[in-house]
Formats: sequence, C-alpha cells, structure tokens
Amino acid sequence: MTNVPIEGILLPNEKHNHESPTSWKEYFSFSTDHKVIGIQYLVTSFFFFLIGGIFAMVMRGELMTPESDLVDRTVYNGMFTMHGTVMLFLWTFPSLVGFANYLVPLMIGARDMAFPRLNAVAFWMVPVVGIIMMGSFFVPGGPAQAGWWSYPPVSLQNPTGNLINGQVLWLLAVAISGVSSIMGAVNFVTTIVKMRAPGMGFFKMPLFVWAVFSAQIIQLFGLPALTAGAVMLLLDLTAGTAFFDPAKGGNPVMFEHYFWFYSHPAVYVIILPIFGIFSEIFPVYSRKPLFGYKVVAVSSILIAVVSGIVWVHHMYVSGTPSWMRLIFMLTTMFVSVPTGIKVFAWVATIWGGKLRLNTPMLFALGGLIMFVFAGITGIMLSSVPVDVHVNNTYFVVGHFHYVLYGTVTMGLYAAIYHWFPKMTGRMYSESWGKIHFWLAFIGTNLNFLPMHPLGLQGMLRRVASYAPEYQFWNIIASLGGFLLGMSTLPFIFNMVISWMQGEKAPANPWRAIGLEWMVSSPPPVENFEETPIIISEPYGYGKSEPLTANLSE
Amino acid sequence: MDSYINLDELHHAAAEHTHDEEGNKMFGFIVFLLSESVIFLSFFAGYAIYKTTTPNWLPVGVSGLEVKEPAINTVILVASSFVIYLAERALQRHDLVKFRLFLLTTMAMGTYFLVGQAIEWNGLDFGFTTGVFGGTFYLLTGFHGLHVFTGILLQSIILVRSFIPGNYDTGHFGVNATSLFWHFVDVIWIILFILIYVWQ
Repeated sequence: MTNVPIEGILLPNEKHNHESPTSWKEYFSFSTDHKVIGIQYLVTSFFFFLIGGIFAMVMRGELMTPESDLVDRTVYNGMFTMHGTVMLFLWTFPSLVGFANYLVPLMIGARDMAFPRLNAVAFWMVPVVGIIMMGSFFVPGGPAQAGWWSYPPVSLQNPTGNLINGQVLWLLAVAISGVSSIMGAVNFVTTIVKMRAPGMGFFKMPLFVWAVFSAQIIQLFGLPALTAGAVMLLLDLTAGTAFFDPAKGGNPVMFEHYFWFYSHPAVYVIILPIFGIFSEIFPVYSRKPLFGYKVVAVSSILIAVVSGIVWVHHMYVSGTPSWMRLIFMLTTMFVSVPTGIKVFAWVATIWGGKLRLNTPMLFALGGLIMFVFAGITGIMLSSVPVDVHVNNTYFVVGHFHYVLYGTVTMGLYAAIYHWFPKMTGRMYSESWGKIHFWLAFIGTNLNFLPMHPLGLQGMLRRVASYAPEYQFWNIIASLGGFLLGMSTLPFIFNMVISWMQGEKAPANPWRAIGLEWMVSSPPPVENFEETPIIISEPYGYGKSEPLTANLSE
Repeated sequence: MDSYINLDELHHAAAEHTHDEEGNKMFGFIVFLLSESVIFLSFFAGYAIYKTTTPNWLPVGVSGLEVKEPAINTVILVASSFVIYLAERALQRHDLVKFRLFLLTTMAMGTYFLVGQAIEWNGLDFGFTTGVFGGTFYLLTGFHGLHVFTGILLQSIILVRSFIPGNYDTGHFGVNATSLFWHFVDVIWIILFILIYVWQ
C-alpha cells in the first residue's frame, strides 16, 4: 500500500474521462446522475434567485420615497410575499439541495444517491413549484399577498370569490415543494446512513455531510407539520372548513404553531449546510486541520434537535403566556451554544493559518463576519422584552437578511466558486470573482445594516409607504440593494465565460483533502472506478498520514 | 484516532460493499413512514388542543359519537395486521397459495373497515364544515381512511405480482413494505380511536 503525502496530493486515479456530461443538452434532460441533478438544481434555483432579486429591486425602488408611488399596493404586497417565498423555497433550499446532491455521494465514496430516480423526480418538481407560484400573478384577484408566512385570517380573504386564486396557488406550490423536500430527505438520510465507503465511520465523514444529514433530519420531522397546516388552510380557503377562521369559531394562532414548528427549524435546514460549506473551505485555504472536528460534527445534530423546541419565539406577541415565553426564550438562547462552538472552531482554524485569500475564502470569511453580526442580533431578538419592542419592524428584517443574504447567499457563492472547477472542469476568473465579492459585501452591509436603526425607530415591515423621517436610512438601504443587485452581473459573466472557455481545471486545484478531489474534474459518471477505503480522519491538513487506500494497491 | 488500522478487514468490507438495494429501499421506506407519522402527530396534537381550548366544542344538536360500530371496526383492522403477518410468513415458506389467501383476507378486512366508516359518515348529523369539531373529525378519519385505501391498493399490487413467475423468488421488498405500511396504519388508527372515540 502506498502512502499518499498530504501536501501536493496527486491522487492515483486522476485521469481524463469522456463519460462525464459534455453537452449542455444533458442538463435539460431527465437524468438520474446525482451530479447532473445537482447542477440542474443549482442553475434552476439561481434563475429563481434572479426573479426574487427583481422583486426586491422593485420594493427597494418603492421605498426610496415615503409615498406609495411606484407600484400598485396589490403588486407591492404580491412582491414581498413572493420575494420571501421565492428566496426560501426556490433559491436557498433547492440550491443547497443541489450542492448536497452533487457532493454527498462523492464525499462519502458512493456511486450515486440511494434512489436516483426518486432524486430526479424530486428535482423536476422544483420548476413545477416555480411555475405554479408565478402563475399566482396571472389569476383574477392578483398574487398571494399575505406574506411568506401567510397568517390567517389575512390569507383567508378571497374578495374575488374564485376557487383558483393567488393564495390557493401559493399554498399548492408550498405543498408540492414540501413533497419534493421529503423525497429528498428520505434519499439523503438513506444515502448517508447506508452508502458510505468502507472505513468511513460517522466520525470520518466530512462536515458538509454531517450538516446535510442534520438538516435533512429536520426536514423529515418538521416539514410534515407545515404540510398539515397548509392542507388545513387550503381546506379553509376552498372547502369552507373552520380550522383557522375566527369568524367560524376557528383558531388562527393554531396556524402559527403549525407554521413555525417547521419554519423556524427550516432556518437551520438552510444554515447547517452553509456551516458545512464553511467547515470545508476554511481548512483548505488556511492549510490547517479543522479545529475540534468531532465537537463541530456533534454540534450540527445538537442544533437540529434544539431547533425543534424554539418555534414559539416567533409568537411572543401572539398571546403566548409569560411562562411559555420564558421557556422558549431560554431554549432559543441555547441554540447559540452549539452555534458558538462552530464559530470558535472556524476562528481557531483560521488562526495562525497560511491564508490564501481566493474568492471562495473571501466569500466564506465575509459570510462568517456577517453571521457573527446576525447571531448577536439573533440573541437580542430571542429576549422577550427586545422582541416585543421591535416585533414586526425592520430590525427583524435586517436580522434575517444578515442570516439569509449575509451568511447563506455569501456561503453559497463561496461554495459555487470553490467547487466550480470540480463541477465544470474549468477554472473561474479570480479577478472577476473578487470584484463580485467586494460589490456583494459592501452592498449587503449598505442594504441591511440601515434596517436595524430603522426598526429600532419603529418602521414597520411590509409597508409601501412610511413616515418621512425614515427616508434617509431607506435611501441608503435602497442604494445598497441596487449595488447588491448589480453584483450578480460580474458573477453571471464570470460563470458563463469561464464555463465556456476557462482554463482547464486539474482534479485538485486547491490541494484539498476529500474524496471529491480525488477524481477527475468533472468526475466520471460512476464517480469512483474502485470503491475507496477510508483510513484517516478528514481535514488532516499539514499531517503526513495516509489519506485513503485503493483496493488495487 | 485509532492507532492501528486493520487493512485486511477494510479490504474485506470493500469487497462486501455492493449495492444493498433491498436494504436501502426498506431503510428509506421506514424513514418515510417516520416522517408520515409526524403528519398524523401534527393532526393529533391539533385535535387535542382544539378540543381542550374551543368553547362549545360539540356543535348544537350533536351529543357525541357512537362508539360501538367503530370499536368493532377497530377489532377487525387490528386483527388484519396479524393476517398480513401470516401472509408474509407463508411467502417466506414459498407457500404462494396461502400467501394469496391471507392477503385476500387482509384486503377483505380492510374493505370492511372502509365500508363501515362510510356507513358511519353517512349517518352522522354534522359535516366537514360544521365548526372545528366537524373539520378535525373528518380530516383525521378521512386522512386515515386514505391510508387504508392506499394499503389495500398496495396489497392488490403485490397480489397481482405474485402471479408473475419467479417474481418472489429472491427479494420481498414490496411485500415487507406493504406489510409494514399496514401495521403503521393500524397503530395510527388505535391512537386515533382513543383520541376521538374514547376521549369524548
């Protein structure tokens, strides 16, 4: 058996292959290859990200002036509802599932997902969800307007009296998206539990796989609650039942419970894979082993478990009794413990490392900085007195945009740049990448930081017009928003040009450790010619231990 | 980190590492059922909360639910769980005739349950839209009924497939999954029966 040196790895089975997808047509066909499906997810979700971004641009345009003068109020309501829904259900969820699809089988040494056809079906539901959701703009009465959380009794209003209206289409789309996610979750959990390469115990799995595993467990046990609530709301809206309609004796707060029992943990479904991405990226670009690997791995599961008992912090002002608010305040604050462990581990990994500030590292560092900020405002919001004061204001909007743009989208960009050579077999342009990073980083802070003072001063969210004293910060936020919108242009340019005519990528351009870097770029259809055997822990940067062994050796 | 790595053992494991597709399917199916049980759990929790917090829980003119027929139905459904187990056992002994016989009996018992429920629904003096009580009652029993119907459908599929020569010689994922699904539907019904009919 040959020992493989960690620095300057050139792994045994690097070779060019002609079996990997070569034509763009493959990406438009019904494929069961997890790598094709992964890229299909990524491209589709990025398309919806642009649509969600256009909605955001319209809103920021409207908010440049205190008056409601740019768009009709119905359109504005539809815009913020769809912006939220599209960004969650059609951008962050599916793009992370895309990465998970692409990477998990490679990272665990499997040939494909456990159920390749189910995988393809789950993907093809995503465009269907998008079409139904966008269709909501074209039915009588206009799009769904009740916000992404769709609280009754507002979401139960149906002034046109039509059976098919924007809200019904919205609920259908959410339900289909849920079915697709459950299919995905069953597939991921089975793949990770049953298909790891020999020698890869749970504590030899890469942290991205740990993160996906934890996130998918949340999907399995949280999503059904949302589905239950959505079905009941749909019945209220179409069949005349009385579950959430106070006029008929129903209880609208029950919907909030169903909704948040899933939708709060859903935040961790999105952020855990991002944590996984950070954990993959920091060691590579710092040339150091990840600090506290096992603790970081376990903290993912801990976050998944605790996430199930914090949902009521969204409902402090929904008539929740004080004793219950206290319990949920404490559990919410407890989430910061496993999360803090991760942050410390990353900082300790970077600390004293030999940093390479490539685009992926820049995005990961930027994302980490903004995540720390989001974490601080998050702890503030978990505290009942603060939350009661700023509830439903722009402070909350600022907080979760630091999470969802500052951390999640920045983390996604980091991942796209990091694995771009692997996925396409081409290198991206580093200089365009850096331009993209700085525009996005400045844009994000300019856009979302002013929302905090606005919220503390009392500006409500979801309004098209506001008192004139809020205008100054709104102009800054809008300018930041436009900058952020513009930042996607160098990204798209870079991706398209590099994919077409970028420099050919070697199997392992970052000299990273991990099974996905041991196969050619892009990987062959069957991933591994021979099943790899895992004999060392991941992240052994700077250690001279054998990495894996091949059967043939 | 282990100080010694037994490479021989790992080589052996790699040789064994073939695609255990039957095992994967069964594992995936169990994971799916766990997720499915959370939907029921959500409805159950909702029912309990609605029942304890809604003023005037029972609609005007409704005194409660008749327990006798549903209790008989319960016995039939729970018994059918044993019958499908016998079918599974028969298949393991390659006794296809008994397998089909027990399977048909299970299907008959399931159908009896569904018909009984339809008769009960027909005789009730409240509807789906009669307040939260009516809504939750029909939602829970209806959603469960849908599962019973799906179970019978799955049973008819494995029954038909048992006539294809050689089909059940090796793996029995379809049979095991159908049987497991049926036990699941039964357990859910027992909780549902206690929640709705016993706790009035």
